Amino acid sequence: MKIGVLALQGAFREHILKLQALGVDAPEVRLPEHLDDLDALIIPGGESTTMGKLAESFGLLEPLKAFTRQKPAWGTCAGLILLANRAVRQKKGGQPLIGGLDITVDRNFFGRQVDSFEADLDVPALAEVARPEDPDGPFHAIFIRAPAVVEVGPEVQVLARLPENGPIVAVRQGHLLGTAFHPELSDDLRFHRYFLHMVQTA
Amino acid sequence: MEPITGTFTVKSGLAEMLKGGVIMDVTNAEQARIAEEAGAVAVMALERVPADIRAEGGVARMSDPEKILEIMDAVTIPVMAKVRIGHFVEAQILEYLGVDFIDESEVLTPADEEHHINKWDFKVPFVCGCRNLGEALRRINEGAAMIRTKGEAGTGDVVEAVRHARAVLGEIRRLQTMAPEEMYAYAKNLGAPYQLVKLTAEMGRLPVVNFAAGGIATPADAALMMQLGVDGVFVGSGIFKSGNPAKRAAAIVKAVTHYRDPAILAEVSRNLGEPMVGRTVESMPEEERIAYRGW
Repeated sequence: MKIGVLALQGAFREHILKLQALGVDAPEVRLPEHLDDLDALIIPGGESTTMGKLAESFGLLEPLKAFTRQKPAWGTCAGLILLANRAVRQKKGGQPLIGGLDITVDRNFFGRQVDSFEADLDVPALAEVARPEDPDGPFHAIFIRAPAVVEVGPEVQVLARLPENGPIVAVRQGHLLGTAFHPELSDDLRFHRYFLHMVQTA
Repeated sequence: MEPITGTFTVKSGLAEMLKGGVIMDVTNAEQARIAEEAGAVAVMALERVPADIRAEGGVARMSDPEKILEIMDAVTIPVMAKVRIGHFVEAQILEYLGVDFIDESEVLTPADEEHHINKWDFKVPFVCGCRNLGEALRRINEGAAMIRTKGEAGTGDVVEAVRHARAVLGEIRRLQTMAPEEMYAYAKNLGAPYQLVKLTAEMGRLPVVNFAAGGIATPADAALMMQLGVDGVFVGSGIFKSGNPAKRAAAIVKAVTHYRDPAILAEVSRNLGEPMVGRTVESMPEEERIAYRGW
């Protein structure tokens, strides 16, 4: 199994280390030809405008759209924004999106960096994949200038909200997964296991 | 657990998200938008770029908050701003304004010749400069969430950035070959806490993200720093003191992503117009060099 990680910019190394810990081959994707032979793709956290620009200038945007229409993909934070069909509060002039998830995201929903936070999330779906060596109970999530999902289409499954019926921060629609936080920075492999399970059963 | 803000994890986490990116000095909203369009991961809001600070002389201080707010309004990417070394009140003001990162910077005139800011007191993350591993670990011990190896800002000469990146990365390589008992003496000689020295040896890199800064003027300069082993680059005067800022900025962004691909580096280096004129560091008297500020 080969799960590529988009390596235009951002925290791609952390995703690669997590995948390698699960015994998965995780090549870096910077150019269209790097998508060949991949079973799935992760779009990491970073700056979504930077990644969008770089994808556009190296002819990656259309190949990424084609890839994510068919094969499993997971976007974390900036990656979630790129996989959304609609984004609000973008930079002036808008930004290129890959799309695929029938959701609207609000970029920097929680504010600026001083509002970045850590929180425990209830994610019932993780119970399906958890192993005895994994942490028990809630998933400790790290939100950095994070977006939130403010609208979901009928086919979108909500995987997690912030406590007390707060904003939606994890979604799945078929073969696509999106998280507003950074499982690649948490000391917990369950979200990566969950995605791996999606790829294995796709 | 209630959500908590301002932890070291979220502070160093923002730096993790900037990796593989270019942070650009800008002095107004228009330049900030040019930087964002070019693909900058963040902008550094300034009144004057380092080349002008050098030319004009005098005391260099935190920028006017009005200027910083104008830039924060103009872009969606993170906005950084500089404070003088040791000037914790300038830092309190920037934190209140909501800047995303504070650079405790030797480019401004130091306010304290003995102490840096206690960065643990703040919810906003700090980036600090260093010339060697000891200086880097002292700053991390004070709470810095990101490090930049110092170059000689405002010169367009990359030689000091290379010297200091090599110093830090070389010292980390040396550390990894040491017997455990040798690390105690090494920590003493570096003037750095033993626990951070040990952590660095275990990780094989600095415990926080490390960018290069100072004197980077071309896509090749940026790729050189990346190949030496830094996580990203700051470009100061090199962009808006050049002939075609928008084109040069976009080219440097591409060079940092594709830093090991000579075909792409050759392509993006073509027809960029005039680079900043520059000034060799070698020709400068010792007292004009700013990389040596910081303790």
